[in-house]
Amino acid sequence: MNVIVCVKQIPDPALPGELDPSTNTLKRDGKLILDESDSYGVEMALQLVTAAGGGEVSLVSMAPNDEVSGLRTALAMGAAKAVLVSDPSLAGADALTTAKVLAAATKRLGDVDLIIAGTESSDGYTGTVPEQLAEVLGLPSITFAKTVEIADGTLKVDRQTEAGYDEVTCPLPAVVSVTAGVVEPRYPSFKGIMAAKSKPVDTVTAADLGVESVSWAQQITSVEDAPAREAGEVIEDDGESFNKIVEFLDNLKVI
Amino acid sequence: MSWELSDDHEMLRATVRDFAAQEIAPHAAEWDRTCHFPTDVVRAMGELGLFGIVFPERWGGGGGDFASLCVAIEELGRVDQSMGITLSAGVGLGANPVFRFGDDDQRDQWLPELVAGSSLGAFGLTEPDGGSDAGATRTRAELVGDEWVINGSKAFITNCGTDITSIITVTARTADGISAFVVPAGTPGMVIEPAYDKLGWHASDTHGITFVDCRIPAENLLGQPGKGFRNFLSILDDGRIAISALALGSARACLELSLDYAQQRHAFGGPIGRFQGLSFQLSDLAVQVENAHNLTYKAAWLKDQGRPIGQAAAMAKLYSTEAAMDAARVATQVFGGMGFMEESPVARFYRDAKILEIGEGTSEIQRLVIARNLGLPVE
Ligand SMILES: Cc1cc2nc3c(=O)[nH]c(=O)nc-3n(C[C@H](O)[C@H](O)[C@H](O)COP(=O)(O)OP(=O)(O)OC[C@H]3O[C@@H](n4cnc5c(N)ncnc54)[C@H](O)[C@@H]3O)c2cc1C
Repeated sequence: MNVIVCVKQIPDPALPGELDPSTNTLKRDGKLILDESDSYGVEMALQLVTAAGGGEVSLVSMAPNDEVSGLRTALAMGAAKAVLVSDPSLAGADALTTAKVLAAATKRLGDVDLIIAGTESSDGYTGTVPEQLAEVLGLPSITFAKTVEIADGTLKVDRQTEAGYDEVTCPLPAVVSVTAGVVEPRYPSFKGIMAAKSKPVDTVTAADLGVESVSWAQQITSVEDAPAREAGEVIEDDGESFNKIVEFLDNLKVI
Repeated sequence: MSWELSDDHEMLRATVRDFAAQEIAPHAAEWDRTCHFPTDVVRAMGELGLFGIVFPERWGGGGGDFASLCVAIEELGRVDQSMGITLSAGVGLGANPVFRFGDDDQRDQWLPELVAGSSLGAFGLTEPDGGSDAGATRTRAELVGDEWVINGSKAFITNCGTDITSIITVTARTADGISAFVVPAGTPGMVIEPAYDKLGWHASDTHGITFVDCRIPAENLLGQPGKGFRNFLSILDDGRIAISALALGSARACLELSLDYAQQRHAFGGPIGRFQGLSFQLSDLAVQVENAHNLTYKAAWLKDQGRPIGQAAAMAKLYSTEAAMDAARVATQVFGGMGFMEESPVARFYRDAKILEIGEGTSEIQRLVIARNLGLPVE
């Protein structure tokens, strides 16, 4: 069982981020770390490979400046190897271009049973790459997975919905996007950290992958501050105010 | 020349920081209040590989350097000093004597579990009548047939009474001088006294031990007879660097908490951090933290280079532990009344800091070691 996980390396969310005023995209020239929302996919992949009794987890990532810090974290967790696409011509690439590049990168890794991605990155939030990747590769796509199981060559996914979850099955290979928080990502062990530095990272350019004439149509025309939060509604307790609270929660569909 | 820790060190730091934030920080105040030793979290630290960092792979270790161990101790200590000392003592006083002075049979028997952190070892040197003056050991061991019979008592022994304690290395007087012995936990005649009621380190396990005709097999002698004294002195050198890292974690935590509070807390129409009376104290503290960092990792680096560490370890331990005390005092002052309340972590750091200047050689003993290394005619 071979699983590929698409992992994004992002600027540390704990540090104040900065936009490039010429492209309105996030500046990514500092040190990058593994996007936490991808650590769930890595964990799930490691568990699936263990359950299958063999195979390995590989990573694909696209990042500037040959950045490997985030990949090393996933390798320290237990992934075996990685393909990193790093190419100045890809700076500011849109989601579809990213999906095409990642699709080409997965092909460098040979036969694969399953490709896992996070539902959305914690820095860009477009939430479209996994489906585009599936389309480019011509594979079935299942989104918002909360559990993933493989039995007799069939993929069984519980797919998170607003009301509960759908039980979905599909043939392999397939692309699955995994919801954050559905598994408990392991901490890299000390031995894992030591081993990670000798695991292979194949660093390639768009041209190496045969992705020609990189250009994209999407442009971010402007960026606005989020509107300031409005004052909340104050309910005076007249002895019956619980009804209003129930109504409020009901409208939110949380009860 | 470079003072940067490596990428591996930084990844380890990020991992231990994350682990400490998730698994320890939410519970540290509660463990402190109830004097609870969290066995399951110590085991999880073992699964992370922290107890095995410096030991060879042959016994399941990570084959890493001493600086890595310091990073782990510093990061645990930044959140919970009790967990920091549990790791420091488990490695330096528990596993290290067996690794350094044991024969391969003893290593094969005890190290794998100690290195995995699934069991803990303790080191019994201090006695009710002799701590700094460890040469005054009164506990006796006598070879009777093919068994050693131990009588005497030990005081303030870390990790000796946990559910997962496997061995206690004990120093005792024999015909040849002072020797060291491995006493398995549960050996009849070794009584682990009730836990001490301590000022700090509440979640760390500390007991006195009494030996009454405690019999262990002849092969449990650790190292050569009569070499116990010299051996444990070299164990303590390593331990001092580790305590320096622990103190660094405490000082850093106090600095970070104070910086945060000095910007949040307002008095006289603005944040208290704008008062020179506080900001200069925090500037001085930042210098001390930087110095403590440099002394700690310099000593660790010397050790990793196989160079002599006696003087560097004593300097690091002396400086960092006194910096930790200063930091705790400044932090509680910055927090004002809230600093005296157990609901703020600085109160716990304040109580936990004092022992740093006492354990593994008091500040006076460090100064004595340093003076002796300077060539002064100290007694
Ligand atoms: C929480 C805790 C955990 C501990 N864990 C362990 C452990 O796991 N294993 C272990 O063996 N021990 C342990 N200890 C013991 C610790 O190492 C000793 O307490 C310490 O070395 C001091 O010894 P003492 O208490 O006998 O004090 P003393 O040696 O009696 O010292 C009293 C005072 O006299 C000063 N003094 C002594 N000699 C000199 C001198 N020559 N010149 C100047 N001043 C001097 C000391 O600095 C100190 O201020 C622990 C202690 C504590 C509190």
